[in-house]
Amino acid sequence: MSANTAVAEKYRNNFLKEIEEQVEMGDWVKMCMQCGVCSGSCPTNFQSAWEHPPQELFMMIRAGKREEVLTTTSMWNCTSCYNCIVRCPRKLPITHIMHGIAEYAHRIGKAPKMQPTRFFSGLFWKNCTHTGRVNELKLSMGLYFKDGLGAGIKEGMKMKDVALGLMKAKRLNPFEILGGHKCKDQKGIQAMLAKAYEIERARKAAKMEG
Amino acid sequence: MAKKEYAFYPGCSSQKGASASNYLTSVESMCKTLDVKLTEIPDWNCCGASIGYAEAGELPRHVMNARNFALSEQHLPGQEIVATCAACWLGARETRERLSHSDRLMADTREALKEAGLTINEMPEVRHMVEVLIEDLGFDEMKKHVVRPLEGVKIAGYVGCQTNRPFGVAGESFENPMYLDKMVEMVGAESIPEYDMKVTCCGGALAFSEPQKAQAQIKDIVESAYDHGAEMIVTPCPLCQANVEIYQGQINKTYGTKFNIPVMYYSQLMVVAYGGSAKDAALNGQVIKARRLEEIAAKPVKG
Repeated sequence: MSANTAVAEKYRNNFLKEIEEQVEMGDWVKMCMQCGVCSGSCPTNFQSAWEHPPQELFMMIRAGKREEVLTTTSMWNCTSCYNCIVRCPRKLPITHIMHGIAEYAHRIGKAPKMQPTRFFSGLFWKNCTHTGRVNELKLSMGLYFKDGLGAGIKEGMKMKDVALGLMKAKRLNPFEILGGHKCKDQKGIQAMLAKAYEIERARKAAKMEG
Repeated sequence: MAKKEYAFYPGCSSQKGASASNYLTSVESMCKTLDVKLTEIPDWNCCGASIGYAEAGELPRHVMNARNFALSEQHLPGQEIVATCAACWLGARETRERLSHSDRLMADTREALKEAGLTINEMPEVRHMVEVLIEDLGFDEMKKHVVRPLEGVKIAGYVGCQTNRPFGVAGESFENPMYLDKMVEMVGAESIPEYDMKVTCCGGALAFSEPQKAQAQIKDIVESAYDHGAEMIVTPCPLCQANVEIYQGQINKTYGTKFNIPVMYYSQLMVVAYGGSAKDAALNGQVIKARRLEEIAAKPVKG
């Protein structure tokens, strides 16, 4: 059984409960009073329009629109600017709820595969936890080459002037490809993270059974 | 003995050859003048940043920050943690708040930390460098060291997001914080308190993943600085600095603009005003050269 089928069967017609139990900060969703200040404060919603801005997502969750919420590209447009958080009259941690829904959709395999920020987000986390510190060169290269070698070279060429400017200013080091900055106790970091995932998985699973 | 001492969390972008290495150089010079001693937390790790959310989950993200707390406690007991990067500060500070408010999260974090042979007994204070400057030293103390005021230079104070929200600097409003304008005045330059894009988001990580969306925002930020007659922009955040500076060429191609405005760190302005050289202020780290500051930095120090 896929991760998605398991949760879908468990929660059946109660998508709000699913969000409350499985999504970080999900228990705040019911507190939204639909004023729309979050949507009107969101910079990327303003520039290019989310398919479903935050307050709409909250209502869709309550209306049980599971498929639409989990597969939308919307929350992946979050820039983590925290404008919605500081303006929400009910103090909902909206930025964290958006990240939480996105993480959940990604975890159970419902998130749109080709959404570029979903890809970058996963890439960033892998990059920074691999050695304990971000390798900026590998991070950029990983993003450009996500659609293969040809597309990667094209993307790289588009960014050529930006990269050259940074290299001249000694703010991008081509030798990072050989390794770059790292933590000494990488073993400890990996063990600590493995334990953290184990505990978190167990906590989520316990909620499924309870 | 130094006037103030802190456990220092420089963050990934500050490292040698990384995108904000000029920030670190200027902070080191600035702290030397102000007699602030920063001791790097040994073997510190990445905060995970906000953009790691797809795979970070809740506990792993907090555990990353908690490891830095534990190392700080072990090697630099009693010292407050200071970060120069907005994202490092926000990530660490958020972890501090969450762990302080949840016994379960704290217990889980301790269990995970054990795997790395570490533990936390006390929750550290997590400060941003601008908080240290404003709250621990104060504007009078900062101003005392100005020997080469940046007279006649008009600078737009771009605060951005993560140094301002959700935590921000105490006593400042989220919508119109004034501290950066006061810092501009403090170094003898001319501030633009009415700069209307001062807390607009630069697009953050979307500058990498969806550049057209981020660049639309960056265009507004730069355009407004020009509209207010600014010669340069100043910011306290490494990602704001990079995003607003390095994509101006691409924005010019897309929108037919002629942007070419330098984007500085507050610490660079301070180092030049404190009599430091262009090298001390890491002016060679600018992609868009700050000619006006280079000229001032080449002048002899007053009196």
